[in-house]
Amino acid sequence: MFLLMAASLTASLIFLAAYIWSVRSGQFDDKYTPSVRILFDDKKKSKKMEPESVSGSNEEEKE
Amino acid sequence: MTVKFDQYQTNKSSDKQIEKLSCFHCGDICPDQKISIGEKYFCCHGCKTVFEILNANELCEYYDIEETPGITPKQDLITDRFAYLDDQVVKDQVVEFSDGKVEKVTFHTPAMHCTSCIWLLEKLHDMDQRVYSSIVNFPRKEVAISYNREDMQLSEAAALISALGYEPLISLDTVGKREQSSAEKKLYLKIGLAGFAFGNVMILSFPEYLSRAGDVDPLFKMVFGYLSLALSLPVLLYATRDYYASAWAGIKSKTVNIDVPITLGIGMLFFRSAWEILTQTGAGYLDSFTGLVFFLLIGRIFQQKTYDVLSFERDYKSFFPLSVTRKVNNTEAVVPVSKLMPGDRIIVRNQELIPADSVLLKSDTTIDYSFVSGESDPVSKSAGDFIYAGGRQVGTTIELEVIKEPSQSYLTQLWNNDVFNKPRFSHLTKLVNQVSHYFTFGVLAIAIIAALYWLQFDTAVAVKVFTAVLIVACPCALALSSPFALGTALRIFGKQGFYVKNTEAVEALSKIDTVIMDKTGTLTEARQDIIEFSGETLSSNEQQMVKSLVQHSTHPLSQKIFQALDVDSKLKVESFDELSGKGIKGLVQGHELKVGSGTWLGLISEEIDAEDLKTRVYLSIDGKIKGLFLIANVYRQGLRPMLAALVSNFKTILLSGDTEREKANLVNLFGNEEDLYFRQTPEDKLAFVANIQASGAHVLMVGDGLNDAGALRASEVGVAVTDDVSAFSPASDAILTGDNLHLLASFIKMSKATMSVIVASFIISILYNIVGVGFAVVGKLSPLVSAILMPASSISVVIFTTFLTSLRARMMRLT
Repeated sequence: MFLLMAASLTASLIFLAAYIWSVRSGQFDDKYTPSVRILFDDKKKSKKMEPESVSGSNEEEKE
Repeated sequence: MTVKFDQYQTNKSSDKQIEKLSCFHCGDICPDQKISIGEKYFCCHGCKTVFEILNANELCEYYDIEETPGITPKQDLITDRFAYLDDQVVKDQVVEFSDGKVEKVTFHTPAMHCTSCIWLLEKLHDMDQRVYSSIVNFPRKEVAISYNREDMQLSEAAALISALGYEPLISLDTVGKREQSSAEKKLYLKIGLAGFAFGNVMILSFPEYLSRAGDVDPLFKMVFGYLSLALSLPVLLYATRDYYASAWAGIKSKTVNIDVPITLGIGMLFFRSAWEILTQTGAGYLDSFTGLVFFLLIGRIFQQKTYDVLSFERDYKSFFPLSVTRKVNNTEAVVPVSKLMPGDRIIVRNQELIPADSVLLKSDTTIDYSFVSGESDPVSKSAGDFIYAGGRQVGTTIELEVIKEPSQSYLTQLWNNDVFNKPRFSHLTKLVNQVSHYFTFGVLAIAIIAALYWLQFDTAVAVKVFTAVLIVACPCALALSSPFALGTALRIFGKQGFYVKNTEAVEALSKIDTVIMDKTGTLTEARQDIIEFSGETLSSNEQQMVKSLVQHSTHPLSQKIFQALDVDSKLKVESFDELSGKGIKGLVQGHELKVGSGTWLGLISEEIDAEDLKTRVYLSIDGKIKGLFLIANVYRQGLRPMLAALVSNFKTILLSGDTEREKANLVNLFGNEEDLYFRQTPEDKLAFVANIQASGAHVLMVGDGLNDAGALRASEVGVAVTDDVSAFSPASDAILTGDNLHLLASFIKMSKATMSVIVASFIISILYNIVGVGFAVVGKLSPLVSAILMPASSISVVIFTTFLTSLRARMMRLT
């Protein structure tokens, strides 16, 4: 019985400590941006556009 | 012909109904197809440059996350404009952290607006290897950049993001203040602690509640008791600190605020419980104690709806730029404004602010003082004229000689007034504190009478009853009702573009009986006036003739027509004459042109149309009326019904820094003439508010500019109207977006409705207390009754107030 109580209290104290750490380390400072950040892909999807089309446009522009 | 011009056009256009080509980068309409890369068209070279940078770095995914996310970078700015950041003094203020190779800086970038922005700003290291990382805080619109300080200068980091269109906003007051979040952090910690204690104590209390007497082993009972006590101790010592401080402050100033009975209640709860546990006479009420604290703190966090992006405390410092171009021996260098000394020569470009009182050296110019004085028309100045700080240069680049240091200028003098040193809402007697005054003395009286009664029979019972009354009367529900009602109102306002600083401001708003409005920028839009020509279509030559003529007049209306016509004005004007109050005339290319009022030109028509509030300027060529220019001093939408509602409910006054020329329109809007005041200086406005307050008025001041800053501060509630919430607005209690000004009357009504909800919930919570006190005086307050009654009353009151407040808002169509 005492063992159980000690175990439950220890567990809850660990959670409290984790919570205090999370607040201290600033995890509650910004509650929006991380929710967006997780959706970004790490890999680069886009490739450079072909250089011809880039140079081609410059000619158009000079008109 | 319709000429529209809009210099301050916002860049993040989200127009979906674009039929013309829209810019691939920012979505604005492209004037033509000249600027393009392959199939992609751009509205300007700035946008194209950003695309090229992104393309070169394989970062075009930017355009996939959101449509046309881009921001047009500021153009025609000098390349080394961030050079002043490398000045050691400035750098020390801006840089957050610097150690070894790493330097970290946080820039405020108001242009940030969408997911793509976050994505791009966090990819800076892909563009520049010297950047180690960049992390965005979107609610604050900040980007924290850490970079290699051996290879990279601070100015280069600023230039990097500004090249992408995210111009960092660095002003004197954004520099070095970042500790406001620590209070919020502490509150989170307190809630966590109280919640933890509440949960565990509750579990430890269950055996007591759920068993018959004697079922629980006395040993366990004792252990449970001591454990609960140990868990509650940090709650008593740490989590409730704010309440003790506030109650003590209240007693010192001889007022009984709501925190006095709360402190009394929680103190009694703890010490009676501790005594019961230590003497093993009972189980105590520690679960009620921790639960109570937990709920109270939740109320507190609900009340604190903070708008990270907005700043309610701005003064002139955040209006002025941080740097200025100084000219020494014909070389230009960007220096911090704070280093400016009398005698320095400075260069001010188009649309830049004049940072210090100075004298114009070369060339004539016009200065826009609308933000400082409320005058809507730019003032023309010629060489040798004295120019006050705060004006915005319109036109070419000018050179000035500084007369006074920036901190000593005429404009900044306003901030020396005493009103800026008074704490806000010091005079506000909160409803809850008024109630708590009677409540506390009532409860104390009941407790004492009950104790005296029981003393005749049993001293122990008397003590028990006395403490029980104080415990059960702890005004938990009472204390929760106003944070939840006001907090709900705060959120509803926020959704409607009315960002109120705190709940005190909502409460102060409900007590308003006088509304004072500013004109320029508040009732009218700060953007440029729209000028239209209606009548026969003018040929290009005729337009040139008109423009050449109006060029000779300094009349504001002439200036506006001049600016609106997009042709050159080199035609010679002969026998020019300006007739005051009528118009101008002259001979151009042998034709006689007249530009002026309709009556002067022989028309019998009213000058101002009551409906559209536009000023009319007629044009005749060779005696024939060609048409008229419609010049709108653009009033905001929905103003008429809103002002009608205000006028019928409150004393509504206009204080304008501008001249009387819009008077006719304003009389039409306000319905009377007595309450319109023109040519008011910032000091006049401040004095006016102070005067009217002295006669007992509760003033709501609505303004936008620096000239309203004093009045905003002096009034009971100061509301700053702005078109761009991240742009400068003077210190105020609330920031209202210009598009929602028409809801102002509803907002005031809503705040009053919220207060009536609070009164209703007070009555309910006092009923709960009467029931509780009923148990207490007869000496029957068991821990179980208290453990049920307290949370039940709190939760029901919270639900009641939140629901009712939302309901009222819905009835007013504010959701």
